[in-house]
Amino acid sequence: MNGFIYAMVAIGYTMVYGVLRLINFAHSEIFMSGAFASFFLMKVLVGNSTPTAVESILYLIAGILIGGVVGAVVALGIERVAYRPLRRRHAPKLAYLISAIGASYFIYNFVGKEFGRINLSIDAPYTNNTVFTIFGASVQTYYIVIFVVGVIMLVSLERLVATSKLGRGIRAVAQDAETASLMGVNIDRTIAVTFMLGGFLGGVAGFLYSIPVGVVYTMGFTPAIKAFSAAVLGGIGNLRGAVLGGLLLGVVESFSVAFVNGAYIDVVAFVVLVLVLMFRPTGILGERLGRSA
Amino acid sequence: MKELWRNAHVKRIATIALIAAVVTIMTGPEGNGAEPTAGFTGSFASHVTFFGLFTAQRWLVALLMTVVVVVLTWSVRYVNRSWSDRTHFRGQAVQAMTSMIQGSKRRSKFKSTRYVFFAIGLVLAIGLPHVITDNSWQTQIVQQILVYVLLAIGLNVVTGFAGLLDLGFVAFYAIGAYTTAWVTGALPTPPPFHTHLNTFFAIPFAIALAMLCGVLIGLPTLRLRGDYLAIVTLGFGEIIYLFANNLFGITGGATGTNQIPFLSVHLGALKYQWGLNPVPYYYLTVGFVVLFLIIFSSLEHSRVGRAWVAIREDEVAAESLGINPLKYKVMAFAIGAASAGFAGVVTASQTLFVTPPTFTLQFSINILVLVIFGGMGSILGVVLGGLFIQIFVVYLEHSPPSGYNSQDLYMYLGALLVVMMIFRPAGLFPSRRRRREVNQIKAGTAPDALLTNIGPHSRVQEET
Repeated sequence: MNGFIYAMVAIGYTMVYGVLRLINFAHSEIFMSGAFASFFLMKVLVGNSTPTAVESILYLIAGILIGGVVGAVVALGIERVAYRPLRRRHAPKLAYLISAIGASYFIYNFVGKEFGRINLSIDAPYTNNTVFTIFGASVQTYYIVIFVVGVIMLVSLERLVATSKLGRGIRAVAQDAETASLMGVNIDRTIAVTFMLGGFLGGVAGFLYSIPVGVVYTMGFTPAIKAFSAAVLGGIGNLRGAVLGGLLLGVVESFSVAFVNGAYIDVVAFVVLVLVLMFRPTGILGERLGRSA
Repeated sequence: MKELWRNAHVKRIATIALIAAVVTIMTGPEGNGAEPTAGFTGSFASHVTFFGLFTAQRWLVALLMTVVVVVLTWSVRYVNRSWSDRTHFRGQAVQAMTSMIQGSKRRSKFKSTRYVFFAIGLVLAIGLPHVITDNSWQTQIVQQILVYVLLAIGLNVVTGFAGLLDLGFVAFYAIGAYTTAWVTGALPTPPPFHTHLNTFFAIPFAIALAMLCGVLIGLPTLRLRGDYLAIVTLGFGEIIYLFANNLFGITGGATGTNQIPFLSVHLGALKYQWGLNPVPYYYLTVGFVVLFLIIFSSLEHSRVGRAWVAIREDEVAAESLGINPLKYKVMAFAIGAASAGFAGVVTASQTLFVTPPTFTLQFSINILVLVIFGGMGSILGVVLGGLFIQIFVVYLEHSPPSGYNSQDLYMYLGALLVVMMIFRPAGLFPSRRRRREVNQIKAGTAPDALLTNIGPHSRVQEET
């Protein structure tokens, strides 16, 4: 079920890669910021109370919104500070990677300084019960939440990029930025919007991820690396590929629990990443945000 | 309102004020999860004392900082405008500064000044233990400064010369340290041969093993494009950490080992035993730093160095000229790993223990900052940058200002990376080649490969 979370984070990587041909190393911090934002909101809204069913749903929606919005704002900030000045100067690719890594380090240590460096458990907006049992496996509320939110988010983003004017702009920039700008697409704005869309999904994913495990300033690193592997697995730059890769990686990881020592479970994603990059660097569905998306 | 926001002056003042606020919060007190606003409010409400002389409210300092910087930028702009040719002025200032550091641009003179510099540095390095006689300080100099400089000049070969972003460089350092433990029989794994008498052999052995691992890690990963390489090397760094932490029977697990003996050499007439006194370690490390400096700088201008530059600049073109990119990239990895392997030996044999938490990703980033700060590809720059930052870090650790926590270090280093990339991407003391590249890009006369690395960019220069 972590697959949906990987998919949502992978979307952020893939969209930025689509328009800039760059890996956004700071995406993990977007994920973390979204989680922290909704952590504080939940603390205010839920606290020690036990919410009713309606309240639960409302709180969840509020948490998703705040997580997404903060994720989008942080993504926009990263774009403005760490990417745009370099783009203006036509910096080489290495410079973008380094400034993104710097931004990532700055953000997470900044959060660690301001909000403490210990793991804080989140006030869950619902009580986690087994809703029903299927083939002997119990399905809990948490899984249903992730499933519903994940499907809604991914489908609406897919539609947004595929049909709206904004989405057309994004695809145009991904295909050929210079020509797109000649056709009247505002490149800077399109890139900013791309970062924000990816950031929104990343922030929401951060919230969903943090419900069972809580928040800590370093929480972004591992899920983000896995999501990146997922994006590469599906074919980076390809939205459907990111979703497919995320879900697939979630499944692979769940199965490998049976075979791999728990300490090495995080290595599985890396092995997948290295294998994919060596044998099929374009991923399962290929790199093509421009053409299909 | 929108018009006001579009105004360039308003924009600049707002940006400067924002930066001042961020700096104020960065240097302010810590917050925590229970009271998340404590850090922010405390940053503005509390007092700050300068050199024990005068005290001021922090928000006042932030305001003052904003005003000063705004006035400064305005006056600089005014001067520039009246100067008529701004780039000329700026170019002269930069030239004057760099020629002070590197000597004149003419090659013969340039070389001789460099030798003079080298000689002065060497004399200073040899004399240092007689100036700083405190043992704990001497240990700090070896462990916190020289080891980092060693690692930085190694990473400089990989990132600076060959242009490969390696985020798992700490892996080679770990291999060097663990090899020392292994060879000296401190690990649960039996040593490869009986060397209990001559632990000095750990040095060539660790260097060789680190280089071998460079080849082994490099062969599969170096086929990848630059950004993929960064993330895969990061992965390898983490994997090495996980292995060190979890393979209890081989590496000693999370507690590592603390059974490593001091270095010693017993070869016929040559007998020496390193011990608790840090000075012999200091000289050993300085000697190896000098050795690596000589090797790396002669490599830079050799056939191999030129091949690295060619690959860095345009891999396809380099390949069409008969250079095998994979071969030279793997070479860069292995050669860079050598100095990291030696750094591992120094750490392991002087501190007498190795534990996995030393070898985290943060360490790799720290080394990367040293390389970026000094100037990618410039050996002198990397050494100076490494010395500068690490001396500052040691100072911060020794006498932390109020509100500073040693874990904040990476926040500052991260911010430094971003700032360097925005304002001085070639580093403080750039190599001549990098400087030329940056100037070419500024003037728009760079070869296409340097300009079109990144997908979209508006070719319109920002009007300031």
